[in-house]
Amino acid sequence: MDRVDHIVRRSRFFDAFFAVVGGLILVAVLIVLFVLIGDLFYRGFDRINWQFLTSFPSRFAERAGILSALVGSILVLIVTAVCSIPLGIAAGLYLEEYAPKNRLTALIEINISNLASVPSIIYGLMALGLFVYKLNLGQSILAAGLTLGLLVLPIVIVTTREAIRSVPQHIREAAFAVGATKWQVVRDHVLPYSSGGIMTGVIIALSRAIGETAPLVTIGALTFISFLPSPPLTPEPPFISFKWLMDPFAVLPIQMFNWISRPQEGFHVNAAAVGVVILIITLGMNAAAILIRWRFRRRIKW
Amino acid sequence: MMAEESRKSRPRFKKRSLLYSDSRFGRFRRWREKLIELLLFLSAFASVAITFMIGFILIVESIEFFKVVSIWEFLTDTEWTPLFAEPRYGILVLLSGTVVTSFVALAVAIPIGSIVAIYLSEYASSRVREAVKPVLELLSAVPTVVYGYFALLFITPLLQRLNDEIPGFNMLSAGLAMGIMIIPYVSSLSEDAMRAVPMYLREGSYAMGATRLQTALKVVFPAAFSGITAAYILAISRAVGETMIVAIAAGLQPNLTFNPLDSASTITSYIVQVTLGDLPHGSIGYQTIFAAGLTLMCVTLFFNVLGHYLRRRFREIY
Amino acid sequence: MVNSSIYPVKAEVKSLNFYYGQVHALKNINLQIPEKKVVALIGPSGCGKTTLLRCFNRMHDLYPGHTYSGEIVLHPDEVNVLSKDVDPIEVRMRISMVFQKPNPFPKSIYENVAYGLRVRGIRRRSILDEHVERALRSAALWDEVKDRLHSMAFNLSGGQQQRLCIARALAIDPELILFDEPTSALDPIATAKIEELTNELKKEVSIIIVTHNMQQAARISDYTAFMYMGELIEYDETGKIFTKPSKKLTEEYITGHFG
Repeated sequence: MDRVDHIVRRSRFFDAFFAVVGGLILVAVLIVLFVLIGDLFYRGFDRINWQFLTSFPSRFAERAGILSALVGSILVLIVTAVCSIPLGIAAGLYLEEYAPKNRLTALIEINISNLASVPSIIYGLMALGLFVYKLNLGQSILAAGLTLGLLVLPIVIVTTREAIRSVPQHIREAAFAVGATKWQVVRDHVLPYSSGGIMTGVIIALSRAIGETAPLVTIGALTFISFLPSPPLTPEPPFISFKWLMDPFAVLPIQMFNWISRPQEGFHVNAAAVGVVILIITLGMNAAAILIRWRFRRRIKW
Repeated sequence: MMAEESRKSRPRFKKRSLLYSDSRFGRFRRWREKLIELLLFLSAFASVAITFMIGFILIVESIEFFKVVSIWEFLTDTEWTPLFAEPRYGILVLLSGTVVTSFVALAVAIPIGSIVAIYLSEYASSRVREAVKPVLELLSAVPTVVYGYFALLFITPLLQRLNDEIPGFNMLSAGLAMGIMIIPYVSSLSEDAMRAVPMYLREGSYAMGATRLQTALKVVFPAAFSGITAAYILAISRAVGETMIVAIAAGLQPNLTFNPLDSASTITSYIVQVTLGDLPHGSIGYQTIFAAGLTLMCVTLFFNVLGHYLRRRFREIY
Repeated sequence: MVNSSIYPVKAEVKSLNFYYGQVHALKNINLQIPEKKVVALIGPSGCGKTTLLRCFNRMHDLYPGHTYSGEIVLHPDEVNVLSKDVDPIEVRMRISMVFQKPNPFPKSIYENVAYGLRVRGIRRRSILDEHVERALRSAALWDEVKDRLHSMAFNLSGGQQQRLCIARALAIDPELILFDEPTSALDPIATAKIEELTNELKKEVSIIIVTHNMQQAARISDYTAFMYMGELIEYDETGKIFTKPSKKLTEEYITGHFG
């Protein structure tokens, strides 16, 4: 009896010990993460002002700004969105609603899960070989947007599929039963009712693209650029111009990378400030995504 | 009168004696359905085309490289100086940097991530879990260049305060930052896998008098093995393919070393270093980055295949 | 089995076999559905009554591995709806369905009812309005919802939702309506309302109803088919089935010996 008592006491001790240690480690992880982010804000937040947001890069840290990088990031993101959203949603729809169970479908599915784990720099190399040289797009906004579009495509596909799967089958059957075609069911029911989840996935994918650096370094983003791309609107007809697509560009994370690599302390402050801007954008987008998911969940209860 | 009016207002489709399979309306509709299905299929198939293009570009450019440098030399040489007057091409040098930084990162992320997962899944109240999980997921959204900043300008000075012989660029701080970055991936995916283990398995263990820790380690962890493996594999491929943190914090000198306190270049940071400069398209220096990329692709592909195999082998059947 | 008293005939099932993959779920079914009458399909769970019902509007086509042989001929134009040449979409435009659980779309009441018209490309507001009102009146729901046609269908009670689904099925002027245990998720009062409704509806349209509730079958149907293990055991006027069935198995089932 004594032995059993001993064993029970010992295992109770380990159990309580882990409860404490596990909790402490969790708290420690959260603290480390908050300290890192807090440090970044502490060093960089005060540097963010109107001058910083509206100036071009400069040799002098205190005169430098992120205007060209900010505009570059936005333009690249537009191309990324235009390329990845329709393609990703269409692929997710096909795999969830249309695909027959056969080898080709299995191949596509395995392929997508593998693509999701390909390092981003590999996409950069592919883009360098394909977009920049073989297709002759050069080191342009278009090439960068396409690269990031392909990079985040698996995220859009996977989250679209998850969102579509949450639409119950009986809703599809109800629509089929009054004579809707497959596409009508998809367009009138499946897509609208899963749009919250799809939007969440799209925002998360785009926030990933905003922070992505390596593939854009690979295709040759510039780090010192003191002019803006051609404006998308022109005073003469046809008023819309796509010349900006072929312009060279800088983006926020590359600007940050460049400033980190400089020895002067002033540029490190600038780097922290860009870091804060990037963090606010990405975390803001992610928080928006969580909020959308939550609101849609409340609105439609199956 | 009334009857006539109501008949008049009836829509046309009511007047039919046959199903309208042959009508133009039906034909147009079926044609449109087919076209849409084809477009959707092509979109899904585009992912296969992307994979194909990745492989194609890497292999084509690497073939040019291997026409000049033998594969044997590439795999066994212990120097990596492709831009020197007497170039040497030993990928082992870059691989050692990748291995050391990844090892440091995984030594941090896997134990801590697993403990956090066990704690969240088996110990924490649902309120704590619901609060912590989104925060961890939010933190995995922090861009890697920001972690690079942490590594170089926060962790390295901290390490130097402990030991002032540590150089400004070193693999340890890069690896540590990478480890912190990867923790949320490991903990989140492992926790999902452990929570998917059905309650009756746990109840069986509790009924035998096991504690929560014993249940977690001897029942839940093994039962969720395939999901946890998937999390670890993802962590490994993240670490191996991570670029910006090492490019910023680990230094850019190729260095065949296994000491994490040294500065060394990895496969990924070498690619960044080369593409930041102006190497002419088609030169051997330009082709080295594709050979390096192909090596990286092979390493991550190996881990992916391993992951698929392990998951199939140890698929849980509840 | 062919009953000469059934006239005029709306639909005719001829040696119908159905397979879920390898499973032979319906075995050589022959059945005539009369015009403007209610036919009840009864039998123990898994006997194939819902499977048979879903053959009429080709719901099985939505899933792979489901195969038919035999015919279901729709009168008066004598089209075999199971034929490969017939588009299942068009079959469903003539034969609509009400499901076990109320399944309104998460849209407004109006849009729920109008959906069957919209998928045919009808956009004229006046036509839509007219059909929606008529369908809602036929489903005995008009007076309850006429002031809030544009509020969400999910705000209705369970019984109202099911009547909305009936209105949705009626709006496309079907020739035949299939009811798949329409009251199994409803309380007794809502159930009574729907049963009343079927009595009204059969003046306009032919009805097939699957039910596991024998009293319900006895109350509302004109003809009853008893199915067991994928076979049609007996099909006759409801009164006859419930008073003097000709098969021993039917008698055992309706007296509660099994099922």
